Amino acid sequence: MSMTTVIFYILSAILLFAAIRVVTAKNPVHAVLYLVLAFFTSSGHWLLLQSEFLAITLVLVYVGAVMVLFLFVVMMLDINVEKLREGFWRNLPVAATVGLIMAFEMVLILTNPHTGLADYKAGAALAADASNVKVLGRQLYTTYLLPFELAAVVLLVAMVAAIGLTQRSRKDTKVVDAADQVKVRSQDRVRIVKMQAEKNVEAADTAESGEQQA
Amino acid sequence: MLTLTHFLVLAAILFAISVLGIFLNRKNLIVLLMAIELMLLAVNFNFIAFSHYLSDTAGQIFVFFILTVAAAESAIGLAILVVLFRNMRTINVEDLGSLKG
Repeated sequence: MSMTTVIFYILSAILLFAAIRVVTAKNPVHAVLYLVLAFFTSSGHWLLLQSEFLAITLVLVYVGAVMVLFLFVVMMLDINVEKLREGFWRNLPVAATVGLIMAFEMVLILTNPHTGLADYKAGAALAADASNVKVLGRQLYTTYLLPFELAAVVLLVAMVAAIGLTQRSRKDTKVVDAADQVKVRSQDRVRIVKMQAEKNVEAADTAESGEQQA
Repeated sequence: MLTLTHFLVLAAILFAISVLGIFLNRKNLIVLLMAIELMLLAVNFNFIAFSHYLSDTAGQIFVFFILTVAAAESAIGLAILVVLFRNMRTINVEDLGSLKG
């Protein structure tokens, strides 16, 4: 057994263990941490398959950003785990049956010699200076330029949606509505009163007011 | 010698485990989201394995886009989860019957 095969089996064992713990862990925080382990291990698998860029992306973007977001949310929510766990193992017979049948069927098909999967030999050994990043970058910015930009739009829309969903507007702020300010017309605010410029005041009135002041 | 079958079988087992997880964690929304992430990982495994054994980088480009969409999906999913918890104080799927569907 060659070295890569040994590494493959070790990584696979860790990956499957982590996956099983993700779906059975009692504490959601532990589940997220096992998910981080699963992603990290599969990045090792992807390195075995010579896709270095995606392996690093998986660690940086997925473990670094998405899993941390999960961890944030899990820790922020005050979840009653016991209540969510009740009847957890009651579904096990059905779940195990379906899962085992699915895995069995897929393994049966994949290991059947008639599928011809064994004909695919690993690609020719790459040159020592071959760059996976360069190849992917060239394709992304030429053949797949439009999908690449659409992916950026998807991320932007997701960001706007996530902020829009979770934002709470405060009631005690004194912020003004810019649209209302722009719509203001002078006749709404200013009232012109027609009145005489001068007014004759009765002599008696001035006398009275003079006495009161004294 | 590692063959394509090794990786495809591994991905198939991973996929089956995440289906098992969706059955088991019917009540806990956040673990459901995590099981979906695991499923996407299994799919990405297939793409990368085929990409390697066919010597065609198109599979890796696909994985790149799947990662993008999965990140967007989990961000929105978690935002919905936070709003849900703020309004109902629970993420139990059985309590979410207000639409009476």
